Amino acid sequence: MTTEQIKSVAPKPAPVWQHRHILDIDDFSREEIELVFNTTQAMKEVLSRPIKRVPALRGKTLITLFYEPSTRTRLSFELAAKNLGADAANLSAPASSVTKGESLIDTVSTLQALGADIIVMRHPNSGAPEIAAHYVKASVINAGDGWHAHPTQALLDLYTIQEHKENMKGLKAVIIGDILHSRVARSNLWGMTTMGIDVTLCGPPTLLPDEMAAANHHLPKTHIEHNIERALDGADIVMMLRLQRERQQSGLLPSLREYVQLYQLTEARLKLARPDALVMHPGPVNEEIEIAPAIVHGPQSVIEEQVANGVAVRMALLYILAGSQKS
Amino acid sequence: MNKPLLIKDGRIIDPSQKLDEVGNLLIAEGKIAWRGKGEEKPPQKDYEVLEAKGLVVCPGLIDMHSHLREPGYEEKENIASGSRAAARGGFTTICCMPNTNPPLDKRTAIEFIKSTAAAEAVIRVLAIGCITKGRKGKELAEMGELAAAGVVAFSDDGEPALNSYIMRQALDYSRAFELPVTDHCEDTILTDGGQMNEGTLSAKLGLRGLPNAAEDIIVARDLALAELTGGWIHIAHTTTAGAVELIRRAKEKGIHVTAEATPHHLTLTEERCIGYNTNAKVNPPLRTEKDIEALIEGLNDNTIDIIATDHAPHTEGDKLCEFALAPFGISGLETALGSLMKLVHGKKLSLNTLIAKLTSEPARILRGKHGQIGTLAVGAEADVTVFDPAREWVVDTREFASKGKNTPLEGETLKGRVIATVYGGKIVYRDSAGK
Repeated sequence: MTTEQIKSVAPKPAPVWQHRHILDIDDFSREEIELVFNTTQAMKEVLSRPIKRVPALRGKTLITLFYEPSTRTRLSFELAAKNLGADAANLSAPASSVTKGESLIDTVSTLQALGADIIVMRHPNSGAPEIAAHYVKASVINAGDGWHAHPTQALLDLYTIQEHKENMKGLKAVIIGDILHSRVARSNLWGMTTMGIDVTLCGPPTLLPDEMAAANHHLPKTHIEHNIERALDGADIVMMLRLQRERQQSGLLPSLREYVQLYQLTEARLKLARPDALVMHPGPVNEEIEIAPAIVHGPQSVIEEQVANGVAVRMALLYILAGSQKS
Repeated sequence: MNKPLLIKDGRIIDPSQKLDEVGNLLIAEGKIAWRGKGEEKPPQKDYEVLEAKGLVVCPGLIDMHSHLREPGYEEKENIASGSRAAARGGFTTICCMPNTNPPLDKRTAIEFIKSTAAAEAVIRVLAIGCITKGRKGKELAEMGELAAAGVVAFSDDGEPALNSYIMRQALDYSRAFELPVTDHCEDTILTDGGQMNEGTLSAKLGLRGLPNAAEDIIVARDLALAELTGGWIHIAHTTTAGAVELIRRAKEKGIHVTAEATPHHLTLTEERCIGYNTNAKVNPPLRTEKDIEALIEGLNDNTIDIIATDHAPHTEGDKLCEFALAPFGISGLETALGSLMKLVHGKKLSLNTLIAKLTSEPARILRGKHGQIGTLAVGAEADVTVFDPAREWVVDTREFASKGKNTPLEGETLKGRVIATVYGGKIVYRDSAGK
């Protein structure tokens, strides 16, 4: 498939797309999310071909700037860039000059000077990509910042859901686990509610502040349910979050053992959800802690599909962003 | 000595004398020499005139809480630049906090401030001494010697929440000197890693919060210790509705407490942090409308005694970084009056009350130990601020005298502008676009 052919399959981004950067999806419209879906569909067709490449981004340079370790997100961005003919390079920040006190702004300015068109950034501090975006001409894609947002993960999660569910509006999703520290949960609650999904957040109160469901002008309307059985009742989508083992040391949980007892997704509990409920996890999975291993590899799990869709969704986003840069 | 100065036809507001009338003020030999109504002639003829028709003339403003950063952090501010910023803001007396390097925990450090101020400052700079040696929270500083050197209060500001035992001793020991112990009230175990007010916005932005409770807990503790010891607690930068209520009840019980609130906490909410604006990052954090309402009520019923700026300058580089890595603080001296006038224009606070909170009330806390200030009574120090309550201006930090350009108000229009600041009978600041 050539670039021209891609253009004929993928819808034109310009009229709907409003973003130079992808920092979060709190301000994404339903139409923008649908544009991502449709473009992803075209990219999946590319990926199904024996030679999975199109030169749509030839001459563009993408740099991944990761201040935190990551395997799948970074790799999937690099593959996405290469599949579109872009040059991809990476800077693992802690190993480089950053540890010598080079500031975030200095670093992104350097990447800009080196010719980056797109900077994909992961950072342990909430808001770092938004701050960086003020100082560069390149498009900044947030690949996860602190507790704040992980927009590309949320978009691939939504894409995976819509592959299985014809109509997203009215579906019931439950996100279970450490909501407080989860950028995946924060981005998903925006994306899901924008697409008309009814969202329930579930976890121990210490990991799920009431403010998350305050439904004022800062956050969309969701529900809070501390009891996992009640939360799962009738769910169409069950999204499990990774539990960091440090939460016990910092006093937020009495023990992992008790967390497992109270919040692990077991086969018995999963039966409370709808029989066709999808089980999702952003990875990496702590089997035996937040989720029973049999479910991870079971028929309702779409965890591997999420990973597979990651490349196509990111190709779609790079393609759309590059298109909007031209205009 | 300068030629006498007649400040002519201004609206003279002096809460210390319950005065609000149009008239003339004559300044001679560094003192307020005479005051009269329009038709009355001053007792002497040879004077310069400062035309103040349509302007407010009040005692020079007093700030009980400024960070001047000298010695140790002169890249952020020094006594000279901080004093000029104060003069631009209409302040003629400021009290600098001791969280310098070295900290102001010894007589020699206070002498350094005094001699530097005498040589370089354009207004009066008074010092606050440390509560504990090295601000380490372990042993009391030599409070008696600091008092003799002229400190106006004791504080370990910036290093909050002394353990309760040391706070008790500080409140008890300081009674001998009739000086307040000023506390930054924050339970730092509860706020560890906190970046902004805790609430829905912090939940959305994914930033760790500083809950109101962290302030309320330490305010309650300090009030209990003040009751226990009979010492004088001064609550720095009150920000929560809960703290206002605690202070109100303590005053009713007769506990010796005074309290301050800052212009930014009285006028700005946490919404300023949206977009991870590090210039809105301050500790205690900007809170909510509900807290602002409680603070204003507290000002009006005298639960909150004074307004103090907590001027906390930082370099541009300090703030040009990730939100979590940026230091706390707002450069506030030059926007204080303009910001606060919003409360007057919005009819939340009377002009007389506002001026009292910036002049006669802080003077009451200083107890006349540093000259007769905060008043326009004949014979008092000739510290006078002249401002236009209706003049609109746009905040442009390039015009700041402060080295700290860290304000969330950049580019905003404020209504109320200082036209002239007179210190010791001398005009130390005159608005270049002034009348």
